[in-house]
Amino acid sequence: MAHHAPEHEYTADGHAVHGKANVKPILKALAWIVGITAFEFLLAFTMDASTLRNSIFIILTIFKAFFIVAEFMHLRHETKGLIWSILVPMALLVWLLVALITEGSAVGEAIFGAAH
Amino acid sequence: MANPTTTLTNSASYEAPRSGTWDGGNEPFKVSYGKLMMWFFLLSDAFTFAAFLTTYGMVRHRHLAYTGTAADFKFSSAYWPIPEKVFNSFPGLHGMDIPLAFVALMTMILIVSSVTMVLAVEAGHRMDKNDVQKWLLWTLLFGGMFLGCQAWEWTHFITGSDHGLLMADGSTVYGANLQVNEYGPVLFADLFFFITGFHGTHVFSGLCLLTYAFIATTNGTFHKRGHYEMIEKIGLYWHFVDLVWVFVFTFFYLI
Repeated sequence: MAHHAPEHEYTADGHAVHGKANVKPILKALAWIVGITAFEFLLAFTMDASTLRNSIFIILTIFKAFFIVAEFMHLRHETKGLIWSILVPMALLVWLLVALITEGSAVGEAIFGAAH
Repeated sequence: MANPTTTLTNSASYEAPRSGTWDGGNEPFKVSYGKLMMWFFLLSDAFTFAAFLTTYGMVRHRHLAYTGTAADFKFSSAYWPIPEKVFNSFPGLHGMDIPLAFVALMTMILIVSSVTMVLAVEAGHRMDKNDVQKWLLWTLLFGGMFLGCQAWEWTHFITGSDHGLLMADGSTVYGANLQVNEYGPVLFADLFFFITGFHGTHVFSGLCLLTYAFIATTNGTFHKRGHYEMIEKIGLYWHFVDLVWVFVFTFFYLI
């Protein structure tokens, strides 16, 4: 029970994990993260600031977060119960973000007028 | 005697590990206690960082936005600055306009440190002590580089530009602190210090944990224990720090 020896599902072919390193999925995740970041920089200099550009940035950020959490933090290979207990509370934060940004705009309007 | 404690201490099973489904022997998530608690700690830490970034969004929307073109941008405390105009310097290239290049370098350093950390965890699975040591050292190096970059970034932000910002009362403000800010509204600098500072503190804690892990690995502590789970737990923390930076980078430097 308390014994947590080397992870079992580590190699795809089910071999004992001594010996050669299995780095392919790690490098694949790295390539995605670096590629997405490079694309973000391209957008930052070729596209004018707009709500669309900000939305693209946020979506790409969530993609990067997926690779870090799923592959680097190994969450993709954990049980469904653990995955949901991490993801569901995080989803509530989206609500907080939207609510407080709306609130900030309302405060700004009260200070600077409707032209804000 | 009707004393209930007597019955408990007399029980032979009191000393034996519990193995029943309903008395602690069941592991529904199939991870150890330590790893599970690390996940829940990181969840709570994510709430803290989300609160910071949400505050940033709220405060930013409370201020006026700059509506002109990026080429005509001038610093003013009347509106929120464009990040690429604030973070446009690079060490050794004084006075040149190199938007976001330095933060790109910092981002890459931290992502690479995350990869070397995965490789340390992976080496731990193979019980390969030398590889664990090697990848922990690389992670320590890149993490230290990131902190050094952040120190430079802060110094530059605090010192400010050569020209400064002329205020309404005729004085000139150079750089930023918690009371004055040449780049825009005072709260912009405050949020910069708090958000990147809180993240930097996490990187520093991570470096302390990595140093401990390296010493313990070298002493053979984990090898004698039969598993390198401690490296996994520290790895989870380290990736989380990288994850937070990905969001700080987007919300503070890109948008």
